[in-house]
Amino acid sequence: MADEIATAEPSTTTNTETLDKVVIRFAGDSGDGMQVAGSRFTDASALFGNDLATLPSFPAEIRAPAGTLPGVSSFQVQIADFDILTAGDSPDCLVAMNPAALKKNLKDLQQGGTLVLNTDAFDERNLAKAGYETDPLEDGTLDGYRVIKVPMDDLTKEAVKDTGVSGRSVLRSKNFFALGLLAWLFHRPTQPTIDWAQKKFARTPEVAAANVAAFQAGYTFGEATEAAKITFEIKPAALRPGTYTNVNGNTALAWGLIAASKLSGLPLFYGTYPITPASDILHELARHKNFGVRTFQAEDEIAGVGSAIGAAFAGSLAVTGSSGPGIALKSEAISLAFTMELPLIVINVQRGGPSTGLPTKPEQSDLLFSLYGRHGESPIPVLAIASPSDAFELTIEAARIAIKYMTPVLLLSDNQVANGSEPWMLPDVNALESIDVQFAEHPNGPNGTFLPYMRDIDTFARPWAVPGTAGLEHRIGGLEKEAITGNVSYDPANHQLMTDSRAWKVANIVNDIPDLEVAGDEDAELLVLGWGSTFGSIRAAARRVRLAGGKVATLHLRHLNPMPQNLGEILHRYEKILIPELNTGQLRKVIRAEFLVDAKGLNKVAGEPFKISEITEKIEEMTK
Amino acid sequence: MTAPSYTRADFQTDQEVRWCPGCGDYTILASVQQFLAGLGRPREEFVFVSGIGCAARFPYYMNTFGMHSIHGRAPAIASGIVASRPDLSVWVITGDGDALSIGGNHLIHALRRNVDMKILLFNNQIYGLTKGQYSPTSEAGKTTKSSPYGSIDYPFNPVSLALGAEATFVARTLDMDRNHTQGLLQAAYEHEGSAFIEIYQNCNVFNDKAFIQLTGKEERVHNRIDLEMGKPIVFDGGAKAVVMRDGQATVVDSSTVDPKAILVHDPTRPDPAIAFALSRLSHGPYGPTPLGIFRDVSRPTYEGQMHAQIDAAKEKNGEGDLARLIASQGTWTVKDPSSNGG
Ligand code: SF4
Repeated sequence: MADEIATAEPSTTTNTETLDKVVIRFAGDSGDGMQVAGSRFTDASALFGNDLATLPSFPAEIRAPAGTLPGVSSFQVQIADFDILTAGDSPDCLVAMNPAALKKNLKDLQQGGTLVLNTDAFDERNLAKAGYETDPLEDGTLDGYRVIKVPMDDLTKEAVKDTGVSGRSVLRSKNFFALGLLAWLFHRPTQPTIDWAQKKFARTPEVAAANVAAFQAGYTFGEATEAAKITFEIKPAALRPGTYTNVNGNTALAWGLIAASKLSGLPLFYGTYPITPASDILHELARHKNFGVRTFQAEDEIAGVGSAIGAAFAGSLAVTGSSGPGIALKSEAISLAFTMELPLIVINVQRGGPSTGLPTKPEQSDLLFSLYGRHGESPIPVLAIASPSDAFELTIEAARIAIKYMTPVLLLSDNQVANGSEPWMLPDVNALESIDVQFAEHPNGPNGTFLPYMRDIDTFARPWAVPGTAGLEHRIGGLEKEAITGNVSYDPANHQLMTDSRAWKVANIVNDIPDLEVAGDEDAELLVLGWGSTFGSIRAAARRVRLAGGKVATLHLRHLNPMPQNLGEILHRYEKILIPELNTGQLRKVIRAEFLVDAKGLNKVAGEPFKISEITEKIEEMTK
Repeated sequence: MTAPSYTRADFQTDQEVRWCPGCGDYTILASVQQFLAGLGRPREEFVFVSGIGCAARFPYYMNTFGMHSIHGRAPAIASGIVASRPDLSVWVITGDGDALSIGGNHLIHALRRNVDMKILLFNNQIYGLTKGQYSPTSEAGKTTKSSPYGSIDYPFNPVSLALGAEATFVARTLDMDRNHTQGLLQAAYEHEGSAFIEIYQNCNVFNDKAFIQLTGKEERVHNRIDLEMGKPIVFDGGAKAVVMRDGQATVVDSSTVDPKAILVHDPTRPDPAIAFALSRLSHGPYGPTPLGIFRDVSRPTYEGQMHAQIDAAKEKNGEGDLARLIASQGTWTVKDPSSNGG
């Protein structure tokens, strides 16, 4: 099906410029449907064959007051004819559906960039709400941009008048008008959007018809009025051959959990409490009950992890998920799972903190909390997802470690990974390695006794003996356990032994972690080290530096505990080390402490990802 | 396979029981072990989950599967066990601090969801393990280490609380009365869904004789109101009776009322109002207090519905297919430029 997508016919009277990449931002009131417009534009581009990356941004309030700055919602997408790594620094094209959207986003638009404005929204009231004293359409504010002024309310009303929608529904199709206009401006295929609208609104045919009509009207408006002198085309990217889908991190993570359930043959149990930005994992999983998925929307965060611990004891692939504040509430229970040595996956989709912080913005400020944020000596494995398409594989990896080593595993994501999307080359599911599960079946001690803390000599894992298995009745708990028997023990030497055993077991996971490979110039003076969602920005910045003739090496950590075996050796090979992080320097602190290297930081907590330019500037400064 | 024949000893472990001598917990342990032995159900099918407190040591002494977890969370943990393995018999052992203070939220939600777990709340009206602070069921004004001027906390009535939390099975018994306890264990075991039993448990170290009105030789005949299905509620050797008056359960002299006006006990009434009224006859074991089953109604269980939804989804959409799932949002294919295919 995907092969037959038709390209839009290029307009004959306007000039077409071919670009290798373009960054577009849709901005409007949170009720204006900008997320839909952005994701439709993205999907059409994906089906057309561009590489792409997206970055949605929405207000924390569900319905902030209409027309105000806090109510602005936006969606940025970069499309390209080569493999890009981020959603781009600053847009080449901005769609602003009202004055507030213009005010909030104009500063980011490239000089000379294209601005699409809904002039109908620029009335006195909206200008005042956005804090404009004079009309930016008139006062010179927009000088230096290519401005396309469109009375979108009127044109949308006209377009949908015969479709049967009425009242407030009429203007809801405005986003499709804007989308149609951009489809014309950027030579996007139209059919995927039309097909999508018809399928999505199949139950309300009048809404489907209105959206399609508005979309086509937007397209025709561009063509007929030659709304811009130049239109742009971006050729398909030469991605690696394969079948692709466009996926965001939360969805890919949920699919990774389902895959791990299949690969291990264990039923998936997800115990959780709704929280932004992790809830979409619950929503996705709850849809797939035919995979045997059990979702449990608990009464609170603690019950979310508690139920998962119970499920793990009972032999499920047990998972709990949340974001920073929720993980704090789960902390005591995670230590319990750690000392009971039960397999458990704990997902933290990080957001801006502390406390409620910036619930809808990305930040990487829970690293130290993940590594150390539990009482007692409780080191647990920590993994961090690098990009939306990395989520599937790393989630399966988390399950594999949890089960093999009988331990909770912390899987870190963040708002940028969770809601951002990119093309993902679909893996061959039949080629995925199965996850070996060995439930204890027989007593392992003398005289038919069962010893729940008798460790495996290779992995140091204890046996997983699930209720219902005759002869394996045993008790586990939070009190310190005697080595081997698991009986309660207050013996000092035993506590030392058990503390060391648990730590050694987790440290030993390093044997399963592949060696790191340096990307870029191996012989550079500077190594840029990253973890989590900064992957794309760091790689893109390094590429830019190298294109300009500079030398730089990069390295990315997905395993934060234990860290790959050859990390120290690599770090010591470089004269200078830079660690960009969306926090105040958490990985840097760990690297300096563990490896005694003088790593420098580039740190930012502004509720947004790094701009590539911020990293390139720092690299240039350090390599001058 | 024939049912295993067990004695109480089969449910004992080799671990030394570490409650204070004379503690009511010993009696409850014996009742539970004896009851389970009598069921003849394979030992490995039982799971005991507890939180923190004196009562929470209980699983260590039961030769079944067990977990001594963290404070207050046992109902949440048990929910995960039941949802994963509805075939098991899952029991929660908790205390008044564990269930009603730190774990109050989990208790009420497990009850409202009707997850098939049997919750035994050992109520001694005191914090024992932390050595004697007032608990959420201690009487107002109680003088303890943490309330030298008397507690200003108004106590919970656990039975009222459970009824208010939409529990489908609510009962109350006494540690000392092993027959009564075992009768309720049997009824709870047979009940499909969550069952809540408040067990008055004497802490002879920090709150001795808290239940003397119900256990003392002299006192108990006057104060113990036995609730029995289908029987008029009378006590004190027939001298006293319970009637409904102005929407309230009220104790009257039997001689002063028409026998037909005496409330006949029926825990299966769909509406919990009368069960609740009975729970308000006393706000603690300080005078005439009902024992027995307050409520026993049937409602679909949480795990039953969860698995029914899973089965229905498999029936409708077929067993999940991973390859189809990951391609479900639309795909496109990039062809190998070296091949002639495209
Ligand atoms: S402190 Fe009280 S409840 Fe705890 S074991 Fe001693 S007597 Fe029993």
